[in-house]
Amino acid sequence: MPEEKQLSSEEVARYSRHLILDEVGIGGQTKLKNASVLCVGTGGLGSPVLMYLAAAGVGRIGIIDFDVVDESNLQRQVLHGTSTIGVPKVQSAKARLLDINPHIDIVLFEEPLSAENAIRIVEQFDVVVDGTDNFPTRYLVNDACVLCNKPNVYGSIFKFEGQASVFNHVGGWVRPEGWDTATAEERKAARKNKKDWIYSQTQPGPNYRDLYPEPPPPGLVPSCAEGGVLGILPGVIGCIQANECIKIILGIGRTLSGRMLAYDALNMQFREFKLRPDPDAKPITALIDYQQFCGIFPEEEKVDSFDRISVQEASLRMKEGWEPFVLDVRGATEAEIVSLDFVDLRQPHTQVTEIAAKLPKNRDILVHCKMGGRSAKACAALADLGYTRLYNLEGGIVGWAKEIDTQLPTY
Amino acid sequence: MITIRIPTPLRAYTEGKAKVNVSGAKVQEALDALMATYPQLSKHLLNSEGQLRSFINIYVGDEDIRFLDKGETELLDGDELSIIPSIAGGQGA
Repeated sequence: MPEEKQLSSEEVARYSRHLILDEVGIGGQTKLKNASVLCVGTGGLGSPVLMYLAAAGVGRIGIIDFDVVDESNLQRQVLHGTSTIGVPKVQSAKARLLDINPHIDIVLFEEPLSAENAIRIVEQFDVVVDGTDNFPTRYLVNDACVLCNKPNVYGSIFKFEGQASVFNHVGGWVRPEGWDTATAEERKAARKNKKDWIYSQTQPGPNYRDLYPEPPPPGLVPSCAEGGVLGILPGVIGCIQANECIKIILGIGRTLSGRMLAYDALNMQFREFKLRPDPDAKPITALIDYQQFCGIFPEEEKVDSFDRISVQEASLRMKEGWEPFVLDVRGATEAEIVSLDFVDLRQPHTQVTEIAAKLPKNRDILVHCKMGGRSAKACAALADLGYTRLYNLEGGIVGWAKEIDTQLPTY
Repeated sequence: MITIRIPTPLRAYTEGKAKVNVSGAKVQEALDALMATYPQLSKHLLNSEGQLRSFINIYVGDEDIRFLDKGETELLDGDELSIIPSIAGGQGA
């Protein structure tokens, strides 16, 4: 056990608003200084999490991300700025965090979290914050935290809705004494009187797999890049995560362990759901292949029922006289931002089969979306209906705007 | 009457409605009534065997039906059902 670091006089001045809180005080602030937190992701959720944890004086903060700052991040990722566009996010984050608070250590991991490195990284920290944006990494973070016995502060967002909880921490639900031998009538009565579960502050809490045993198959739930996200939403959820993190370190208050908080930004409502331990959950004994678990397979294994075409090749062939029927499968809001001027028809990919009758069977059909994911689904759906001359525009309209017609805006 | 709250990703299949009122004495009956009104919801709520998908949670009030009697959970007039799907965030096509 390394020796506990004490607060310097500069730090005492800096943290005075904490120090005069009875629940924090010098003792609590010293706990924060000696604590370490790993934040997985430096995006919309990671931004407020990292800034508030740094400002609060968490002594060692780990940051893992492999992305670079893009202009389209800045609508919500307030950790980064216009001056760091193109800079690796971990570098951009480090500079900002040390500007907020030079009294802390920042540990950078400029790599994707994987089944190979997760245990080695997670075990170096006291608390882990899940600020990721995809299902495979969420299950990986969860399982690594369970295996390393670390609390996992969860937050997730979509469009106008957010979720937050605390996983793998103390505070959970147990059945009352005698439950196993109780009759069906007795259990029913207990349930009616809300005595069928008891919250215990010492009981190990549930984890992500108790909340959702399995991820959705790819494509069934739209992503934020497809569905959009209100920029402030990750700010709200990320602040809740930072708050839970501080409470866990200080050992104060009641965390979200055993509860799932759902936030609806449009109707301004917070709702709380009870999160019980799932009796059907399989024990987590080792890390697995999370891409496979989430139904994501390498591209070469896919057998497509349609052709793919790059923006370069499509542009070249059009110059040589190729005249495909062009179908845009994005939504109206996206089409308003930017559209190709040679589009013949637009129909959202989820409803593409409804307009199949309007598509020519004796002509090539070029299908595009923003980046090529939804258009691939649309192509597959149309191929099922017997269309054979389908081309999916790889890279979508964003690729077209970057490589062919650079006058077009990207989003 | 039972109120079912529809999450954002599924509102595309309920004509944009955030709340739908149905009748039903059990969770399964209420969900069946919902899917009868909005048939497009079925493939999002149920798998090919007709079972509720494992990344969609249904709550009666604040209780997950997995820890009650699942589809057989009895409902009282005025109960609120919430459909809470798993969400991940940003990455995608």
